[in-house]
Amino acid sequence: MNLLVGALSVGLLLSLLTLGVFLTYRVLNRLDLTTDGSFGLGAAVAAALLAHGVHPVTATILATVSGWLAGAATGVVHTAFGVDTLLGGILVSTALYSVQLYVMQGGDVSLASADTLPGLAERIWTAAGGPPEVDLFGTPVSASNLAALVLFVVFVLGSMFLMERFLRTDLGIAVRATGDNPQMARALGVDVGFMVTLGLVMANGLIALSGALFAQYQGFANVQMGLGIVVVGLACLIVGEALLGRSGPARQIGGVLVGTVVFRLLVAGALRAGLDANALKLVTAVFVLLALVVPRALARVFRSPPRPPVTI
Amino acid sequence: MSGAALELIGLRHTFFPGTPSEQRALEGVDLTVEPGSFVVVVGINGSGKSTMLNAIAGTVVLDEGVVRIAGQDVTHWPEHRRAGMIGRVFQNPFSGTAPHLTVAENLAIALQRGRSRAIFRWGLSSARRSHLAAQLANLGLGLEHRLPTPTGALSGGQRQALTLLMATILRPGLLLLDEHTAALDPRSAEQVLRLTEETVARDRLTTLMVTHSMHQAVRIGDRLLLFHRGRILDDFSGARKRRLRVEDLLDRFDQIRNADMLDESAAEMLRRAYV
Repeated sequence: MNLLVGALSVGLLLSLLTLGVFLTYRVLNRLDLTTDGSFGLGAAVAAALLAHGVHPVTATILATVSGWLAGAATGVVHTAFGVDTLLGGILVSTALYSVQLYVMQGGDVSLASADTLPGLAERIWTAAGGPPEVDLFGTPVSASNLAALVLFVVFVLGSMFLMERFLRTDLGIAVRATGDNPQMARALGVDVGFMVTLGLVMANGLIALSGALFAQYQGFANVQMGLGIVVVGLACLIVGEALLGRSGPARQIGGVLVGTVVFRLLVAGALRAGLDANALKLVTAVFVLLALVVPRALARVFRSPPRPPVTI
Repeated sequence: MSGAALELIGLRHTFFPGTPSEQRALEGVDLTVEPGSFVVVVGINGSGKSTMLNAIAGTVVLDEGVVRIAGQDVTHWPEHRRAGMIGRVFQNPFSGTAPHLTVAENLAIALQRGRSRAIFRWGLSSARRSHLAAQLANLGLGLEHRLPTPTGALSGGQRQALTLLMATILRPGLLLLDEHTAALDPRSAEQVLRLTEETVARDRLTTLMVTHSMHQAVRIGDRLLLFHRGRILDDFSGARKRRLRVEDLLDRFDQIRNADMLDESAAEMLRRAYV
């Protein structure tokens, strides 16, 4: 399969994961480890349903709903029992590991003989009279790959458009204020616990959707799929911020897409250049660590002079 | 049903009870504030004045006592629910605004204080934007031209002025100011204080202002409470408040200090005699 189209497709569907991580890590200002569990859960739910012959659209929607429930579980553990979101996320994602095994009735499910969303997209493409092969940047791309790509573009752009809009509504601004300054939010009547839960629900829905699409794209789901995926999301987020900056939600959401695609292209390039696939998680983790530590170290070296006292 | 804007009945609160750092912050505070009254609260550190403000706002859950705002018992209401009746400005200029949100977005949150936050309403419609710009122009700081600026880029004084506008834009039943000029340079402090007086007078807001400045305490407000050891020791209002001068307050603090020292030396004497 064409390397570029493959990396682009995976980058697109993983940008939904990055969008979820953006919502928790940047907007809510909390690292949510439910992510690992909800990505795997979305994949497991979609795969189990598809293997039983459920329509791909229904299966994908139900996978998203399972992510909402996972986020709500972490939100309730946090608000009702006062457990912080970090520990709450670890507890929920640990529990979800068992849930995935139950849902799939085992460690993995193959979708080789099942109907999937990319398969559905390909049939629509053919029915609409699309050619069986298209020339893209000088390389032939099969109809199935192209249909999947178009499908993911629709999902991703739709989700990003809705997210950008949401963050500018009264409700969305309250969610952002909750992450930015909870003391101020409470003082202005924002129910901070509700806003955190809402953010977790939305984020984990996107992450589960990403997992569901990923499983359908690669043709199987595995209980290990979600392990460490939050680090992948963080890495993509950081790449996007390095490229597009952090001024305003529209730019940040654009950065989510660009960062994820660029990151996947880097990974594909590195693998092709001979990087051992077993080292991928190690390299990703080290990359995130450096991205978090280096700017701080640089700031210490080039310390700015003390600021003058504040005046109007 | 009384017509008081605020009623506090028998407020008691102890921080870290049963530990070596136990601190009795409120030891029976009773207070009735009439609508439109501007109450200034003074007292040394740890005298309980900020704890009282936090107990009214709901950030401190009281051991004992009743808090009524406009006749409504809010003792068991969470902080965000009480916020529908209360506007607040904090001492720390970083506390009152969200730094990564723009000036306009911060104000949009204030516009929904105590109201529902709908998903189907834009935070910043053009009508809202021009309303906010007009309100900002009243501050006279040029902030009306900085609606799209993140508040993190504003100076401390600008932020406190913005927080004051956010607290009062919906005319709260109660305005709580917790040493809101103490962290500013003298010029900004004076400006924020002037804006406070103008706003309170224009909207006839019932206000409680904690301050460390004796000059502010005698100059501003129509009532003055002096806190000591978790109780209201003095309550000056009407002509007594108007006659009050800085020297009188300083004398009063000296008296309190002497009485405290007398207490301690007497206790020491008793200890030596009997233990």
